[in-house]
Amino acid sequence: METREITLRFGGLEALNGVSFSIAPHQIVGIIGPNGAGKTTLLNAITGVYAPDSGEIFFRGIPISALKPFQITALGINRTFQQVQLFSNMTVLENVMVGMHPRTKSGFLGGVLHLPGERKEERKIRQKAETLLDFFGLLPKANWMASYLSVGDQKRLELGRALASEPSLLFLDEPVAGLNIRETEEMGKLITRLKENGQTIVLVEHNMHLVMGISDWVIVLSNGSKIGEGRPEAMQKDSRVVEAYLGA
Amino acid sequence: MGKKNKISLLIYALIIFTIPAILQNNYHLMVLNVAALNIVVVIGLNLLMGYAGQISLGHAAFYGLGAYLSAIFTTTYSFPPWTTLVMAMVITGLVAYAIGIPTLKLEGHYLVMATLGFNVIIYIVMIQLDEVTGGPSGFAGIPRLRIAAFAFDSDLKIFYLLWTVSIGVLILSLNLIHSRVGRAMAALSHNEIAARCSGIDTETYKVKIFVISAVLASLAGSLYAHYITFISPGTFSFFYSIQVVTMVLVGGMGSLWGSAFGAILLTLLPEVLHAVKEYNVLIYGLILMIVLIFFPQGLFPGIMGIFAKRKIDGQSGSREPLAWEKGT
Amino acid sequence: MTLWLQFFQFLLSGLTTGSTYALIAIGFSLIHNATGIVNFAQGEFVMLGGMFMVTFLSLLRLPMPLAFFLTVLSVAAIGLLLERGPIRRARSKEILILVMITVGASIFIKGLSMLLWGKNPMTLPPFSGEAPIVFLGAAVMPQSIWTFAITVFVVAGLNYFFKGTVTGKAMRAVAASRRSALLTGIPVDRMILLSFTLSGALGAVAGMILTPITTTSYDVGVMLGLKGFSAAILGGYGSMPGAVVGGLLLGILESLSAGLISSEYKDALAFLVLLTVLFFKPSGILGRGRLRRV
Repeated sequence: METREITLRFGGLEALNGVSFSIAPHQIVGIIGPNGAGKTTLLNAITGVYAPDSGEIFFRGIPISALKPFQITALGINRTFQQVQLFSNMTVLENVMVGMHPRTKSGFLGGVLHLPGERKEERKIRQKAETLLDFFGLLPKANWMASYLSVGDQKRLELGRALASEPSLLFLDEPVAGLNIRETEEMGKLITRLKENGQTIVLVEHNMHLVMGISDWVIVLSNGSKIGEGRPEAMQKDSRVVEAYLGA
Repeated sequence: MGKKNKISLLIYALIIFTIPAILQNNYHLMVLNVAALNIVVVIGLNLLMGYAGQISLGHAAFYGLGAYLSAIFTTTYSFPPWTTLVMAMVITGLVAYAIGIPTLKLEGHYLVMATLGFNVIIYIVMIQLDEVTGGPSGFAGIPRLRIAAFAFDSDLKIFYLLWTVSIGVLILSLNLIHSRVGRAMAALSHNEIAARCSGIDTETYKVKIFVISAVLASLAGSLYAHYITFISPGTFSFFYSIQVVTMVLVGGMGSLWGSAFGAILLTLLPEVLHAVKEYNVLIYGLILMIVLIFFPQGLFPGIMGIFAKRKIDGQSGSREPLAWEKGT
Repeated sequence: MTLWLQFFQFLLSGLTTGSTYALIAIGFSLIHNATGIVNFAQGEFVMLGGMFMVTFLSLLRLPMPLAFFLTVLSVAAIGLLLERGPIRRARSKEILILVMITVGASIFIKGLSMLLWGKNPMTLPPFSGEAPIVFLGAAVMPQSIWTFAITVFVVAGLNYFFKGTVTGKAMRAVAASRRSALLTGIPVDRMILLSFTLSGALGAVAGMILTPITTTSYDVGVMLGLKGFSAAILGGYGSMPGAVVGGLLLGILESLSAGLISSEYKDALAFLVLLTVLFFKPSGILGRGRLRRV
């Protein structure tokens, strides 16, 4: 994926200013920056929630900045949210089943008439969802209401839902916010395991230990602009980065 | 759709179909017949409210469109009734599509307003276009429905037809809710942004649900016309739109069984209150307020909640999501 | 009469009804700005304004200024009760539910009015007699002038209230951002209460000036409320100048179409306008475009 000169304004406030970078497959890329740097805004722009005022985003060569979120998801990009956005009145299993929406196709007719093709697909959906839940250790809680899960479990469920759509590129917005040290470590291991399974992951995070620990590459934003990118160790020592975090 | 629903359906159908054997009074049968039609409208409206999170205050217009289109074409122009019924559904669907496309794109209560405006306009047209519609005194002489030589010309015969349709619509809607599309709709109503990012085309779904709800209302309207054989604008006023929304809310948004419950209850209620006819309006307003203030999730789910304890880890089988609860 | 004169006549009568639509529209905007909900009982406030005035003036034979004052007070009190009661007590704060509660309230009020005042239309005598005044060749009812004048007075008063008093500015703050208002210590709950009370008062005034012209009865509320709402949308929902512009414009359009095209479909026009605005420019004439979110 590649972004070129993304600029996005909210009224008079310039949230993103000419941000450009590329992401190569099969790695974990971390995006860091002080609060207000525009990290989540960037994420929203890429996933179609906001439309950038100028610039272009390419995914596998296809320009996507004008597409709607559901179309972008169908192409293979998915995300989790800073504050968990589950379907709280559906069960854990159903949340993951919804995640599979872009990869399945039964429509109104099949649903209403309960046609054989629809039944077969439903069975498949259920099986796949159960497999995913199993991967995350949530299978025993499959019939729980999603809102009854602990925060850590909810974050894993949201991750499971995102993975259900079989994305090639996954954005995680502060996946360990609100988690304790043990849960953070487990999430880190989980993310690394996903990368080893072939997933490309972009991580927006404040937790430096985590980001520097598992990322292959780090991009730094400050005040809406990219101020550096490189290997984690290099970014930790980069003077501009340090200044952005400590200065002003 | 799960064992619990299938068993409930069986019991429901059994009870309904044996009622005429017990209840000989034709007037009572007529009330139940109207209830059956109201269930169809209310289920459609519930799909819209409980799953697309939109409110329509103009469903009387779609009900009326079905009724008047069927009435006019079969009586004045001698079209075949069943074909006209389907044609009316198509026309109503197209009209709903035309209204839905621009208004459902917007955030906010715009669909409410558009449907409200549409209801009033159609109502006024029904009254003013009197050469075609018969005006305020109504339109009479609508032919009965028939299948080959068999005519549905008594309250009893129509009872079986209408309730078969009504139960059929319930079955098909239950199927829909428990399918991939139904899940997408439930997701859409809970958390639209998350639904979009999960790959659901929320705009298209909202329009489709709105069209379906309008088409169901049209179906009910056409059947109504061929049943009573006389229709007048008063039946299709803004007040009817409010009544069906009340039925959805009393039954619980998102709960189809609740819709059946709400429709039957609130169709029967005015008959019970017949003695205090003047208080009809007042009591409706009171019920609407009380239910909404104290039972925003619906009377039916409230009552059901007392019987069925919801365990954290034990809801095997199907369960209908209460789609209204978005958190305060 | 020449076409120009006819046109002028229609314009004047349109401005008259338009003034009341403007007042009703402002009522809608007030509550929407404070709470985000559409108050469907607004039309009933107008109806009550007429009804109470008839009761105080004609039935109880109170002097005009006293009757006026009592009417405004009564309907404002009803607005207050609506907020303190059903709205405040509601278990769910979801906008859709609250809007439907106002629908229930409007039906309740209508039903109650039907019982209290019966179904027959009632009327008020015009404030200063029936003799038309000739203005530029057209006959103008004195009541129309009263209507317009009172409306201007009310709008000016509201303008001063919102721009010049602390309470008014506090209400504008709540409309702009409830959270910020809370954080700066503004008693948001009280502002909401005030918005309902004020809307009640506005409805009362609208009802009072309209009744001598069009009579009133228990069921006029629905149509008036809907038309006032259309006016608010037309002018730009949520903005007071928009409400005024929308109201006047709607009144004029209605009057012109009734006079020049057909009077039977007069009532339908307001809703045709509503649908047109919703389809093409939902932000209304004076409204700004919304933030483009994909």
